[in-house]
Amino acid sequence: MADTPRRAFLTRLAAGAGAAVLAGCDKITQSRRASDVLQRGAGLAYRVQRLLAGPNALATEYSKADIAPVFRANGTVDPGSDSYNAHVATGFRDWRITVGGLVDHPLSLSLADIRAMPARTQITRHDCVEGWSCIGQWTGVPLRQIIARARPLSTARYVIFHCADDMNRGGDARQFYYESLDLTEALHPQTLLAYDLNGKPLPVANGAPIRLRAERQLGYKMAKYVTGMELVADFEKIRGGKGGYWEDLGYSWWGGI
Amino acid sequence: MMRIAYRHTLWVRLSHWVNAGVLLIMLMSGLQIFNAHPALYWGKTSHFETPIFSLTAILAPDGTMRGITQIGAVRFDTTGLFGASQTFGQIGPRGFPAWATLPSWRSLASGRQWHFFFAWLFVANGLLFIAYAVISRHFQRDLLPRQSDLRHLGKDIADHLRLRFAKGAAALHYNVLQKLSYFTVIFLLGPLIVLTGLTMSPTLNAAFPILLTIFGGRQTARTIHFLCAFGFVLFFIVHIVMTILSGPLKNLRAIITGRMAIKEADNG
Repeated sequence: MADTPRRAFLTRLAAGAGAAVLAGCDKITQSRRASDVLQRGAGLAYRVQRLLAGPNALATEYSKADIAPVFRANGTVDPGSDSYNAHVATGFRDWRITVGGLVDHPLSLSLADIRAMPARTQITRHDCVEGWSCIGQWTGVPLRQIIARARPLSTARYVIFHCADDMNRGGDARQFYYESLDLTEALHPQTLLAYDLNGKPLPVANGAPIRLRAERQLGYKMAKYVTGMELVADFEKIRGGKGGYWEDLGYSWWGGI
Repeated sequence: MMRIAYRHTLWVRLSHWVNAGVLLIMLMSGLQIFNAHPALYWGKTSHFETPIFSLTAILAPDGTMRGITQIGAVRFDTTGLFGASQTFGQIGPRGFPAWATLPSWRSLASGRQWHFFFAWLFVANGLLFIAYAVISRHFQRDLLPRQSDLRHLGKDIADHLRLRFAKGAAALHYNVLQKLSYFTVIFLLGPLIVLTGLTMSPTLNAAFPILLTIFGGRQTARTIHFLCAFGFVLFFIVHIVMTILSGPLKNLRAIITGRMAIKEADNG
């Protein structure tokens, strides 16, 4: 009995210390510098996973029976701008995808040009950064074919994907979605510019008319509504400098885990 | 007669405390990540209509927000704790409550930063401990249950139920229940939570498709990962309760300084 006040004191001390530590962790989260240090965990994951998976290890492909009845859409489900709506009205007849930056031979491709190229169809699992998974069948052109046609310079290391969806709709400054892959991931045999989902033209909610598929990455890496690609040596001077819309908001550039 | 005995080596004490801190951060940042999609599934993919576990918020007929915990087909109202809870006096939809997540506010990006930084420390500390335990024979001598230990299992359970704990020199060794629980946590739960975590990585799925085969799909792996975390929480609660019941200050001193005062020739 004699030690009850002491025990109560120790309990309160432990609870107080715990709350202080957690408040400290909240503070650390808000510090730019600490967040840069924490981000190194993902940087290390990038190097180790690159080493383990190599350039060619394929993502598992599934059977038709595994395809989800409705492919879950996330992020932008309709860019909704006047110009995008006009493209929807004309069946994306005038949609073009440009390829520029560090290339010998810049390209401007129509949807018909892209559909005329040799295609790949794959049934793969889409993993959202939120934690859920969904299986769908994608048809599109392996990105490596388009990059080869543009003849990249030896200094090119990343591909930036520019998109038609404005993430700041109704705001003052436009903030179009953008993403990036390193060349290893961009040249991977399953990385596609996809135009069909489950055998039908890509719905607006899933990125019509063209979206990226990078099957060894999380969903936010797979840009939708792609309007252009830019080969670059680094992305420090582009937008927020972190290589993508969500990356500029604190998500890791490496989307392999 | 009191005697001061050496109970825990420096290495054991260091890895214990590093692990305690790292696990707390892994748990809380893990709950933050879970809150981004507070539902669990079984299989390759998410069957959104039939989660095996979910924490959701609904609006009751009277207009108030209720938190609902669903396990299988059973639903519980857990308003205030799971599904819907208060932050800054305002109730909102939230899987686990703000006080249990890191950071306390909703931020999947920050939760992932914490989780994937401290995951490296968790693995490094675990591997160093296992290497130390095997090389120093701490594993064979103190952790691996022996046949003679297992013969005492019934008596040991009875002793625990009566809250009779070893005193004197016997307190310098783990009893069989301790050995079994430490062994399970270190050599089963630890590796399992790491492997199921890695199975959620699409890049590692490509590198080692066997991970998906072993665990029966990414969503099953995610569910097992969550159950393992729950296992760690259960272990933690029992660990703390046992520490308190069997002499909190004596135990705390031993795991901090390594030394324990024992009564000589008194095993009562």
